[in-house]
Amino acid sequence: MNSLVCISKTPDTTAKISFTEDGKKFNSEGVSYIMNPYDEWYALVKAIEVKEKLGGEVHVVNVGPASNDIIIRKALAIGADKAFRVDKDPESSEDVSAQVAAFASDKGYDIIFTGKETIDHNGSEVGAMLAQHMSLPFVSYASDMEADEGSANVTRDVEGGTQTVKVSYPFVVSAAKGLAEQRIPNMRGIMMAKRKPLEVVQPVDASSHLAIQKFELPAEKTGVTMIDENNMDELVRLLHEEAKVI
Amino acid sequence: MVLVYAEHQDGRFKKAAFEATTFARKSAEALGSGVTAVVFGDVEEAGALGESGADKVLKVDVGSIAEADNAMACDILHQIAEKVNARLVVLNHSSFGKSVAGRLAVKSNSGLVSGVVEPVSSGNNGYIAKKSVFSGKAYATYEIESDMGIVTLMRNAIPVDRSGSAVEVENVDVDVPDSRLEIISSDVKKGEVPLPEAELVVSAGRGMKDPSNWDIIEELADALGAATACSRPVADADWRPHHEHVGQTGVAIRPNLYIAIGISGAIQHLAGVNNSKVIVVINKDPEAPFFKAADYGVCADLFDVVPRLTEAVKKFKS
Repeated sequence: MNSLVCISKTPDTTAKISFTEDGKKFNSEGVSYIMNPYDEWYALVKAIEVKEKLGGEVHVVNVGPASNDIIIRKALAIGADKAFRVDKDPESSEDVSAQVAAFASDKGYDIIFTGKETIDHNGSEVGAMLAQHMSLPFVSYASDMEADEGSANVTRDVEGGTQTVKVSYPFVVSAAKGLAEQRIPNMRGIMMAKRKPLEVVQPVDASSHLAIQKFELPAEKTGVTMIDENNMDELVRLLHEEAKVI
Repeated sequence: MVLVYAEHQDGRFKKAAFEATTFARKSAEALGSGVTAVVFGDVEEAGALGESGADKVLKVDVGSIAEADNAMACDILHQIAEKVNARLVVLNHSSFGKSVAGRLAVKSNSGLVSGVVEPVSSGNNGYIAKKSVFSGKAYATYEIESDMGIVTLMRNAIPVDRSGSAVEVENVDVDVPDSRLEIISSDVKKGEVPLPEAELVVSAGRGMKDPSNWDIIEELADALGAATACSRPVADADWRPHHEHVGQTGVAIRPNLYIAIGISGAIQHLAGVNNSKVIVVINKDPEAPFFKAADYGVCADLFDVVPRLTEAVKKFKS
């Protein structure tokens, strides 16, 4: 059972969000980057669990510049066997999915994992696009998965509950919270990661249909109105008459 | 033509269906076009989408597998988009819509903007769409430069308009591909509003001290008719179910009213809730960062204040 895990780089969850003066780009000055949490905590760890149960290998792929290698090494330290980096600063999810599809199409992976979304663009697009490029079934928002020989039962989060589907290999799955428990790399893993292969792959041509007009920050709150703790009737009145939400 | 997919649960439209149709109508007006809505399977009074601006409702005769199998749904929507010559396809930013939109973008070679918050308008080279990014901490505006555009609509982004009247429902023939999935089971709560769709949310955090103290939160939520939510530490400690966790790595929500009780307001939590229309913060620590993001604040012991607020709400409702 061989798996591929798509990993992405995102700003740290505490990063201050700002943009360049023309509003066209994220201002990365002073921002530290991490592996996208859904990719690291759930997708990657689940792939390792599947390997521990059924054998095979776990590969990771990232589309990005050489500076991403530090994040890729972390994936190897957590337990991936081999890594690939498509050498291109990606323009969009269209670009990422086309690059990964071109890379993975002849590798015969049984399961391709993505995180349910990246925490910067929140698009939730790459998994579905990748599945369509490769003509594979796509099970989204998996919060539980029982992988066996031949097929897997995957429980996915839907509005108001869950749904369990049975799917045969190969397929694409996007990982939501609950799919696995986060693993912290230990010293042995970190040392071993240095010797694991990280192969650089040349990108393919891919077009993009989106042009950024601008990024902007939401309007700031005008300030908080403090209410006396003994006057909850006043809070209810304000919510009804001023805010008009109840 | 603007094509909108209307979601339903067991034959009754979700609020999301009317939101998407209202959004499609507003976008169609800006683009000088009409609105065709499409439903999968039997829906009670499917023509009611006309109230929100659909000119016509198309019904596809498929079972619930088409909602679970995004490959099948994509194939069907692609056929209909070609049939009605769609220039824009509108889906909800839901588990279904998000799973189908990416596939449809690849299949139809179209640009996709997911999580849009304003109706689409016309640009120099295509369609202008504004979306929420960085878990609600910023917005991005894109121009979609393809013949057809696809968007998924963020929940609670626009108010539903149902001032129109019902329209006719037409059956539409499509080729339904075989599914490669099999539904084993479904566990969806009936009648309860799922957290992401709730208009009023009461949320609590570590300030509650112990899971056994949650009855005061549930009583307030009941009095308001609100959904309950929680912060990450509380979900991680298994005090509350994981699906209640709102924040950057949990559910992102944008209700009309978010009441945060005993939650300090870490940046990761704010990311999931700061698009709420009105935020009320109850916390005994005057330095809690959440007060800076709040509209109304009460600085006091939550165990005193929450029951008082519940009584005040009950009095108001009666």
